[in-house]
Amino acid sequence: MRLITHNMLQCHVKGCNANNFPLELQEVVLEQEEAEMNEDFLRNMLTKIEYDALVATCLKLDINDLPATIPADAAYNDEFLQILHRVILETHIKSGKMVCPNCQHNYIIRDGIPNMLLAEHEV
Amino acid sequence: MSRPEHQAPPEIVYGGDEAAKYTGNSRIAAIQAEMAGRAVELLNLPEGYPGFILDVGCGSGLSGEVLEEEGHVWVGFDIAPAMLEVALEQEASGDLFLQDAGQGMAFRPGTFDGCISISVLQWLCNADKTSHHPKARLMRFFSTLYSSLRRGARAIFQFYPENDDQVQLIMGCAVRCGFEGGLVVDYPNSKKAKKFYLCLFAGQEVNGVKQQLPAGLGEDEEGEPGENGVQYTSKKRNDSRIRSGKRKPGKDKNWVLKKKEQLRAKGDKTANDSKFTARKRRPKF
Ligand SMILES: C[S@@+](CC[C@H](N)C(=O)[O-])C[C@H]1O[C@@H](n2cnc3c(N)ncnc32)[C@H](O)[C@@H]1O
Ligand SMILES: [Zn+2]
Repeated sequence: MRLITHNMLQCHVKGCNANNFPLELQEVVLEQEEAEMNEDFLRNMLTKIEYDALVATCLKLDINDLPATIPADAAYNDEFLQILHRVILETHIKSGKMVCPNCQHNYIIRDGIPNMLLAEHEV
Repeated sequence: MSRPEHQAPPEIVYGGDEAAKYTGNSRIAAIQAEMAGRAVELLNLPEGYPGFILDVGCGSGLSGEVLEEEGHVWVGFDIAPAMLEVALEQEASGDLFLQDAGQGMAFRPGTFDGCISISVLQWLCNADKTSHHPKARLMRFFSTLYSSLRRGARAIFQFYPENDDQVQLIMGCAVRCGFEGGLVVDYPNSKKAKKFYLCLFAGQEVNGVKQQLPAGLGEDEEGEPGENGVQYTSKKRNDSRIRSGKRKPGKDKNWVLKKKEQLRAKGDKTANDSKFTARKRRPKF
């Protein structure tokens, strides 16, 4: 799973509706995989990304490349878009877990695939 | 032949060897790709717009491959681990999740520019466990899907409805969750080619233009498609590959460069060519 997708996830356990984002990454193994740069896609996603959460998540993973605040000209700042691309589209989480900051539910990630299945009482 | 969803739960029907058999069957692959192509067309995204798209019941990634070819970034989930395993082997380009549609989704509001789902929805009308109530599962699915779509985005479901009641049940739930839209039937007069696409709009207004339910293909045609020259209407894609059931060999660098040249010629923006152009995205693991 790429970091862009992690940034779009929140806990979906029944009744867990507040403080359920971002899911905290723990014990993760990361892998860099090259992908073709697509500026238009990045611009599309700029409006959707929760930037502060992205930066905080990255810092915990020792990824220190993103500026602390999003540049005012982000959509047309080539240098920034390059970094953003590398971080959110080329960084894959291969294994580990995502822990909900609110209810502590653990979503296990194996072979890059998070298990989002819930137990009956969590639905 | 009885319907697969009546035989066993999906993770069993698409379990073990079945997942590989399903994916390796070139006839199935061609049909799924054709339906995925039609679903992407029905999403009605602006030409050349690279969207973030959800594939519900993505299976082994046959439908995702079409999304990728159309230039979209996709995320898919499926309830059958064996199908996801095949997707990994096939180096599917999308992010994958193990997830049950009936339990709803965990995406933040407005995440996706569209959703497609190919040959899955009928499964949700089943109660595979005593705790399963199809209506409750459909409601949870559609309500979380609705919120995960940006306003005006579409969700297109190709599916095999069992009867009218099932269509009513599905449509009723979708509408109660805020969706508008309806059923598009392609080639309604053909036994073989008739296909159902549930076309849902997450909000009506796109740039102030009211969304209209698209017309089905071959509505005025009698019998099988093609006979009267009615063709798939997509201008974006060349469907001969899918129609003939032949799968195209992987896209090499020349293919990508040519495609990008075409886009530039049309005046569309495309990324500069670089050493990453057309490079394989995922190493085998
Ligand atoms: C006919 S296959 C289609 C797969 C893929 N969309 C394609 O076109 O090749 C149906 C898929 O739906 C999945 N499925 C069935 N019920 C599901 C559910 N409740 N949640 C998620 N996936 C489900 C099955 O596991 C299977 O992979
Ligand atoms: Zn939670």
